[in-house]
Amino acid sequence: MRIESEQAFQRFVAQARKRSSARSREVLVCCGTGCLANGSAKVAEALAAELAKRGSDVPVATFTKRTGCHGFCERGPLVVLQPQGVLYTRVKPRDAAEIVEKSVIGGEVISRLVYKDPASGQRIPGYAEVPFYQRQTRVAMRNIGRIDPADIEDAVAHGAYAGLAKALFTMTPEQVIEEIEVAGLRGRGGAGFPTARKWRSCRAATGDRKFVVCNGDEGDPGAFKDRSIMEGDPHSVIEGMVIGAYAVGAHEGFIYVRDEYPLAVVHLTLALEQARARGLLGANILGTGFDFDIRISRGGGAFVCGESSALMRSLEGKVGEPRAKYVHATERGLFDLPTVLNNVETWADVGAILARGGAWFASMGTAKSKGTKAFSLVGKVKNTGLIELPMGTTLREIIYGIGGGVLGDRPFKAVQTGGPSGGCVPESLLDLPVDYEKLTEAGSMMGSGGMIVMDDRTCMVEVARYFLQFLTEESCGKCIPCREGLHQMLAIFEDLVAGRGKSGDIEKIERLARGMQLGSLCELGKSAPNPVLSTLRYFRSEYEAHIERRACPAGICRELTAYEIVETACNGCHACFKVCPVGAITGKIKELHVIHHDTCISCGACFDVCPTQAIRTFPKKELAERGVA
Amino acid sequence: MSLGKEMGTQAGEKGGRMLSLSVDGKSVQVREGAFVLEAARAAGVEIPTLCHHPALEPYGGCRLCLVDVTRPEWGGWCKLVIACQFPAEEGLLVHTATERVVETRRVVLDLLLARCPETPLVQELARRHGIEQTSYVANPEPTDCILCALCTRVCDHLGISAIATVNRGIGREVAPPWGEAPPDCIGCLACAEICPTSCIPYETSEGSRTIWGKTFEMLRCTRCGRAHVTVAEADFFAGRGGVPRSYFELCDACKRKEMAATFVKLSRGAAGFSVGA
Repeated sequence: MRIESEQAFQRFVAQARKRSSARSREVLVCCGTGCLANGSAKVAEALAAELAKRGSDVPVATFTKRTGCHGFCERGPLVVLQPQGVLYTRVKPRDAAEIVEKSVIGGEVISRLVYKDPASGQRIPGYAEVPFYQRQTRVAMRNIGRIDPADIEDAVAHGAYAGLAKALFTMTPEQVIEEIEVAGLRGRGGAGFPTARKWRSCRAATGDRKFVVCNGDEGDPGAFKDRSIMEGDPHSVIEGMVIGAYAVGAHEGFIYVRDEYPLAVVHLTLALEQARARGLLGANILGTGFDFDIRISRGGGAFVCGESSALMRSLEGKVGEPRAKYVHATERGLFDLPTVLNNVETWADVGAILARGGAWFASMGTAKSKGTKAFSLVGKVKNTGLIELPMGTTLREIIYGIGGGVLGDRPFKAVQTGGPSGGCVPESLLDLPVDYEKLTEAGSMMGSGGMIVMDDRTCMVEVARYFLQFLTEESCGKCIPCREGLHQMLAIFEDLVAGRGKSGDIEKIERLARGMQLGSLCELGKSAPNPVLSTLRYFRSEYEAHIERRACPAGICRELTAYEIVETACNGCHACFKVCPVGAITGKIKELHVIHHDTCISCGACFDVCPTQAIRTFPKKELAERGVA
Repeated sequence: MSLGKEMGTQAGEKGGRMLSLSVDGKSVQVREGAFVLEAARAAGVEIPTLCHHPALEPYGGCRLCLVDVTRPEWGGWCKLVIACQFPAEEGLLVHTATERVVETRRVVLDLLLARCPETPLVQELARRHGIEQTSYVANPEPTDCILCALCTRVCDHLGISAIATVNRGIGREVAPPWGEAPPDCIGCLACAEICPTSCIPYETSEGSRTIWGKTFEMLRCTRCGRAHVTVAEADFFAGRGGVPRSYFELCDACKRKEMAATFVKLSRGAAGFSVGA
């Protein structure tokens, strides 16, 4: 049934809401990629089977629903019971019978499945009261975890396409752009270009054939916000794109998804089919005479294809390599025709802005960065997962408030933001309000919204080397500064972490970094030195220690670090003995253990398992002074 | 991708409006659609390039033609761009030798010298920018290929696309598909001829030519008998239309001789003309 008028759309919404409210009891099972990896599909099956088995015992109108990512991946598989709003974490298929018996039928809360707050030690049954959720404000992710991404009616019942209907039925394209301008929306892909300005420039471009593109080639290590949006609420992306196409006058759209996101492709494909069948996409959308359709294109696994000009080359069927952007894509983009390209999250924001108004969106955030922003919080933090917060939230609030602090309560050292092109922000800047400008000033960037928390067991030189290695492998190799520069920079860092650093290396790094920033063709190369420069800026003494003292202060770099057991702290638990991969530790249970330096490979496995912190690191060169080979 | 369109945007033939700009203080006029590099060359200002060729679309890979551009109303703010791809604008001020341009160019050449430590063209260019030896780790397997991609681009431009750049990052190289004899190659030598470091090997011997591991049968000049073009090349261009098969019957030298003979015949026939008198 295609919807061909405003009244028909309202009827469709009413019908969807009616169906939704009839399903008064819901058992939501998170089927985002993280929870699926933890076995949530089996949990969903077990719950559905159990509900069917109990038949008439189960209260009427109880449904299981497979939703997208709830974000709290650390605690998955997650199950939420509605309308009670109870959150169960780390649910196993064998818990299904108990959940149905006690909670669905009996209305009780099963204490052992409830989230235990690490800060207070209290069990918090309410989804909304868990600090991880309580402190968030969700716009782009408004419906993720609430809806079944494979069911358009469920999405519509939760407000999907309301923004599109408002735009198409009551607004001119110019008014749509004005609304986006009032919202102050900026590109969520990381660069933060004002979306309204991009759209206006494309609208003004001459030519009848224009394109709207969604960049779903999220490739940063540790980032997964776009994946979760495409998997968990594909309709928010489609709605945003249709609105954008209407605003700029485009009739063709592409969603470029990386092939490593198969679930996103499945859900997007399904959502496109359902939207088309309802007349929300395709010819004569909602009977307004506006035509627009979207095709999915799957990326082939090149990081550089997340760069907009390379992405467009790839869409054209050519080798995905960047080109100069002196003529904007809004004038000459895909197939040399005017093109608007926005990130998944940006598109997901658009529908909400249209539905609730630009002023509402602009009421959140900071002076120049409005609204909310999604982040993937990972690394050495207690609550890893996907979060969305108003711009301007401090790093401290993100890491300690929502993240629950550093894993194992170790000291915080730095947080890496913005992916491989971002930088490391030190403890002294924990109160930094997170927005585009503040992160850039701190030598990092917003980028993909990845946040990797690092504790004191992190060597910043090694961190920089890691990102350099990633980028060296991902550089397309088209331009000299990026291709040759990364190769040479990595060689310097491999020497540094192996204790082969030379005086003058820091200056050499700085000169090369500047050359790459100024000389590279695209943002991958221009920003590649960021991890290097930010760690040099805040942790220069660590670099100096590696070069001058042949020491790794964090005790990480293997070539520079030796391990030993502190006699007074060892309780003889034998844990280190069991974990040592090379048999370098000897000792009987309840007796003092010893690390043998001739066989130890400095992997640090013993350090990580020792319950009494009896293992200490020291510079390897001291071994020679002690007369050990 | 039509030849006319590219040439139009490159040589600035569209519109025909003239733009005035300044390059290192010298004012110069170019047609609308021209790039800053052409303006600089017209002004007699030398800017080094390695991947640029006037017959091909700009590429932007070598980064040597970096320049600073600004406008009076920008209040002193400069933008670092590459001259081969930045469109000339009315009133644009181009500075080709600012501190950061010179320094960045030096870093780029230093890196390129590390890649190609034994290549005369690179050594000479580096020397002119004050670099005798690379400050980086010299390539243990020296290559002459600077990855300017002129070869692959000219091959694309001819509509053949027999070779391409393959692999990413430092592993990038020019190669035929799967490293095997390229099925689409016509042995025209455009790649080898355009290569600025002459690093694409080929061999033309009596009756055959070998390039990219593929051996071609040669077509002989019907007059002098010299093997002057591969059969595949003649077939390719004759097949595309516009060029008659008979065009390939004579070699270039014999064609010139024939043309000269025609001129002589014509001039003898025309009153008042004498040739070689």
